[in-house]
Amino acid sequence: MTFDEIVALLDTKASGKTSVIEGKTVISVSPENWSEISAILKNESKLNFDYLMCISAYDKGDNKVYGAAYNFYSTVNNHYLEVRVEIEDGISIPSVVELWKAADWHEREAYDMMGLKFEGHPDLKRILLSDDWEGYPLRKNYKEPDYYHGLPVPKDKSYWD
Amino acid sequence: MDPTLLERFDKDNVIVEKLDTLINWSRANSQWYFQFGLACCAIEMMAAAAPRHDLERFGAMPRATPRQSDVMIVAGTVTLKMAERVKRLYEQMSDPKYVISMGSCSNSGGPYWQHGYHVLKGVDLVVPVDVYIPGCPPRPEALLQGLLELQKKIKTETPLRKQA
Repeated sequence: MTFDEIVALLDTKASGKTSVIEGKTVISVSPENWSEISAILKNESKLNFDYLMCISAYDKGDNKVYGAAYNFYSTVNNHYLEVRVEIEDGISIPSVVELWKAADWHEREAYDMMGLKFEGHPDLKRILLSDDWEGYPLRKNYKEPDYYHGLPVPKDKSYWD
Repeated sequence: MDPTLLERFDKDNVIVEKLDTLINWSRANSQWYFQFGLACCAIEMMAAAAPRHDLERFGAMPRATPRQSDVMIVAGTVTLKMAERVKRLYEQMSDPKYVISMGSCSNSGGPYWQHGYHVLKGVDLVVPVDVYIPGCPPRPEALLQGLLELQKKIKTETPLRKQA
């Protein structure tokens, strides 16, 4: 199916709950509709998105709006789709681990690096950094700590000159 | 050890030398190293241990536990999460123990010196380093030279004399 056919099909299944981002072949979904839409993407036989390729987290740069971009592929129907879910800081996104197992570590990474919260995730904790790390390093307003457990973090440049 | 020793040994089967020299000779030529790959430098370390470069001809063989190791080759990026473990593993090694810092990352933070919020800027901030090997990553020949430099350093020691 082409992108336009996918959008038309989603409109008949869940009218008004998805929107196309202008100038892009990307669908935007609000977090409250996301669990319904994701179930349609997985279970509707004409769509049949059985492969979640990636979840990318992004920061809009205003210290308020963060988002998750989901890239889907259907190995049966051979078509792709990108879906974006944007939230304000502190609001959680429904987890899709129930539908795609691959989402487990992707969502943990998005939480670790960008601080996105996923409601319904079985074990949402940091995946790469230590459990006691403070802050989310890939946010644009992140400041690295001076010390971590007594170890200096910024490079000592005092002897460079 | 003095290379003329072998000639003297050929003459009358007897050598008179300091005991320090004997100890240093045995220590320098059995530097069992701790298998300690943290990043891409570990691939070069594996290549150095493999038959083409054959680290074992210098008496260096990999050990999987700090208790049996003489030298720790820190091969790769030391993250802050790993730094505490590096320190703990170094403390678990028995004396005499040495550290080779392999590659830019463990020397100074390498390419992560500016934006590496999670990288320790040099492993010498947690453990004392004997030999630094530059390179990103260093070729196996560089690691071999690093090991030979460490052997030279060991041969200048005086293990039986009281340390000041």
